[in-house]
Amino acid sequence: MSAKTNPEVIKESSMVKQKGMIAGNYDRLTGTKESGEKVVSTFVPGNLNELIMCFDMVNNLPETNAIQNGMRKQSGGMIMDAEKAGHSEDVCTYVKADIGMMGRGNIAPNGKPMPAPDMLLLSYTGCFTFMKWFELLRHEYKCPTVMLQIPYQGDGKITKNMRDFVVKQLKEEVIPMFEQVSGVKFDIDRLREYLKNSAKAEDNLVWVLESAKNRPSPIDAYFGGVYYIGPMFTAFRGTTDAVEYYDLVRGEIEQRIREGKGPITPEGDMKEEKYRLVVEGPPNWTSFREFWKLFYDEGAVVVASSYTKVGGLYDQGFRHDPNDPLGTLADYCLGCYANNNLPQRVELLEKYMNEYQADGLLINSIKSCNSFSAGQLLMMREIEKRTGKPAAFIETDLVDPRYFSHANVKNRLESYFQMVDQKRSGASLATA
Amino acid sequence: MECFVGIDLGSTTTKAVVMDDKGQVLGRGITNSRSNYDTAARVSKLEAFIDARLSLIRRELDKEPAVAGRVDEIIDGLTRNFRREQFIEQLGDLEQTCVANVEGPRFAGKEKAIVGALTEVFRRLREEEADKLFAPDAQRKSDFFRDLAGSRFMQIGEEVARANGVEFDHLLHMYDKSIIEVENRPPSADMNRKFRSAMERVRGEMSSALDTAALGAPIDAALDIEMSERYVVGTGYGRVRLPFPKEHIRSEILCHGLGAHLMYPKTRTVLDIGGQDTKGIQIDDKGIVVNFQMNDRCAAGTGRYLGYVADEMNMGLHELGPLAMKSTKSIRINSTCTVFAGAELRDRLALGDKREDILAGLHRAIMLRAMSIISRSGGITDQFTFTGGVAKNEAAVKELRQLVKENYGEVQINIDPDSIYTGALGASEFARRAVVEA
Repeated sequence: MSAKTNPEVIKESSMVKQKGMIAGNYDRLTGTKESGEKVVSTFVPGNLNELIMCFDMVNNLPETNAIQNGMRKQSGGMIMDAEKAGHSEDVCTYVKADIGMMGRGNIAPNGKPMPAPDMLLLSYTGCFTFMKWFELLRHEYKCPTVMLQIPYQGDGKITKNMRDFVVKQLKEEVIPMFEQVSGVKFDIDRLREYLKNSAKAEDNLVWVLESAKNRPSPIDAYFGGVYYIGPMFTAFRGTTDAVEYYDLVRGEIEQRIREGKGPITPEGDMKEEKYRLVVEGPPNWTSFREFWKLFYDEGAVVVASSYTKVGGLYDQGFRHDPNDPLGTLADYCLGCYANNNLPQRVELLEKYMNEYQADGLLINSIKSCNSFSAGQLLMMREIEKRTGKPAAFIETDLVDPRYFSHANVKNRLESYFQMVDQKRSGASLATA
Repeated sequence: MECFVGIDLGSTTTKAVVMDDKGQVLGRGITNSRSNYDTAARVSKLEAFIDARLSLIRRELDKEPAVAGRVDEIIDGLTRNFRREQFIEQLGDLEQTCVANVEGPRFAGKEKAIVGALTEVFRRLREEEADKLFAPDAQRKSDFFRDLAGSRFMQIGEEVARANGVEFDHLLHMYDKSIIEVENRPPSADMNRKFRSAMERVRGEMSSALDTAALGAPIDAALDIEMSERYVVGTGYGRVRLPFPKEHIRSEILCHGLGAHLMYPKTRTVLDIGGQDTKGIQIDDKGIVVNFQMNDRCAAGTGRYLGYVADEMNMGLHELGPLAMKSTKSIRINSTCTVFAGAELRDRLALGDKREDILAGLHRAIMLRAMSIISRSGGITDQFTFTGGVAKNEAAVKELRQLVKENYGEVQINIDPDSIYTGALGASEFARRAVVEA
């Protein structure tokens, strides 16, 4: 689909602000040669944005770059470049988009080259690929690398021991490395201030996400959700910008609820809310608009999703706590969705199904993401069993356009929506 | 009478089912989808209405004591002679189209000779071939006009060309150019005339022992029943092409689920292997789909795979199953990928393996893939119904039965002779429910 034929995207003022924030961050990132600021590459889940800010460093998030390139239809070529360089077809396409991007001069969305990182901060948080990815980056950039090992929640709970282990690493390895690379002395009070901002923004973020309990839901917690959560877990958590942004979003949503409006879509307000869904798994970015359209054209709104929790399960009560700065960072990293085990994931989805009064569960299984996809069929069966609601399974990819088959996804989604209809009208239609 | 129609626009064939308000199937129709879905939908529907008319005639004849015991024979005669009428009508269309296509510099000066030869070919097709093709004991390899007319046109055309000193290539060119046009034009809908004319021929064919006069009244009564199309539901890959509002369109997963339920009310698991996808569907005791899985963007292991294999082996699609049944040795084929299957097949041939054994291995590979899709949808529960075009392939069915037994033990496996109409049947029931149970 060419950009020309797309109808004009409708934007709220929060979206305009967010766009400005993201563009500003890319400008800051690509301007570090002039400004002299230091760059740290790190990951989205379990990111330590507040800590990074304490050392006046800019963060570069390769996953976000891959998403940006996916949405701008650039990732396909980059992935193929990476494959030419010897990376297998089945490898995580975020990684390959990132490798391919480097091969093409590492150009940021603003058209300027990305700086080489001064430091790599690797946090594990449930995705094993992250380690291999940063091994490749370390090989390329030969810069200092620090690893924050986050114990996986194999037993489904965070113990004191796990927490202490993370805090110890922060004190003994991560912070000293930051001081060394940035030349800035760590100031815990500065961290407390940023954490205060984080908690404020998190309150509003949760309020916005939970607004989907209304009927009609004023937000789409998956497609729309990745707009709202964007700044929170990319470069902005802890900033006053993020606090203002979420104030703005909350105001807009309050207005929509008063007016009884559904979520905003790229083609304006969604009309009738026919289906309320919970979605598990990341979205497809290369055909994001097309993919979303398959939902809103049918009157399907996503009321809750697990993907929007990879950056933190704030709606389950967690807030960054200025009174326990390092402990709270440990709790945050340990609690990310991707670091949860299967029973925890099932429980969360079940809770969403009930609390948001969803009609069903939809799993978007990502072909190249072993981390998210392993066990999803089992999760689906379990949710069906526990809730009695219909579930369905579609398959796409993160940023590899070759893995998105519109006809196939449409076929499954239409069947699914009709299945929900059938289930609803059940007995009355059932004489054969 | 009010009729409810389901149309399944598949990637290979288009199927239609006409149902009455009680849920009784009146007629079924099928045609090639080719590249023109609009025409395919119209033709299959027309065919289903012809079949429905025959059902009505049968109902009337069943009430007539004078023809007792001979209804099947009469219906068979009517069907054949109706087809003959239709064949002659389409031949006329083809002739006119061919003649109209004789133009251009290539044929300058030869037009008269070419038209003369064409006229002769069509005269013979009409006067000699039609009777043979639709004689009581005739075996037809296909019911599609293209196949019936095409093979005889080639043979007669060659003789006529030789005798008249015309290049056969020219006749062939006219045929190739015209057949698609004719095929994409549905036959005229004036069914009653064709039925009455067919009835006259049946009277002539029937032995004197039958009171042929008794035929007239029931057939007339059946032809006088007005069939009105009350509600149509479309399904299949081409469903978006149908000129219906959105609520008249159902996904084929739901239609196959409901269709299988109508055929076998106790079925709980349905496997549909169609032209371009494979679906494992779980339904409840009311035919409502509770879960489904299908192949992803890749068409590995679908009906299309068999098409590629047939091309690769230079065989007809329908020859694959029977040849595979002759296999005596089990050969393992690993790939269900249409591209790699070709490579694996050539590799096996090069190693000296027999075609039938390789084909048996290929059929097993498809079914292994289908088993994986079914297990992802929740496995096989008694009873299990296999639908779609591949259900007609005996080698595929054999492998399936074996795999089901190995993995799920003794499960009743249903395969309806009309399984290709399962999706259209479900669609017609949705159409009926939309009105009758609204």
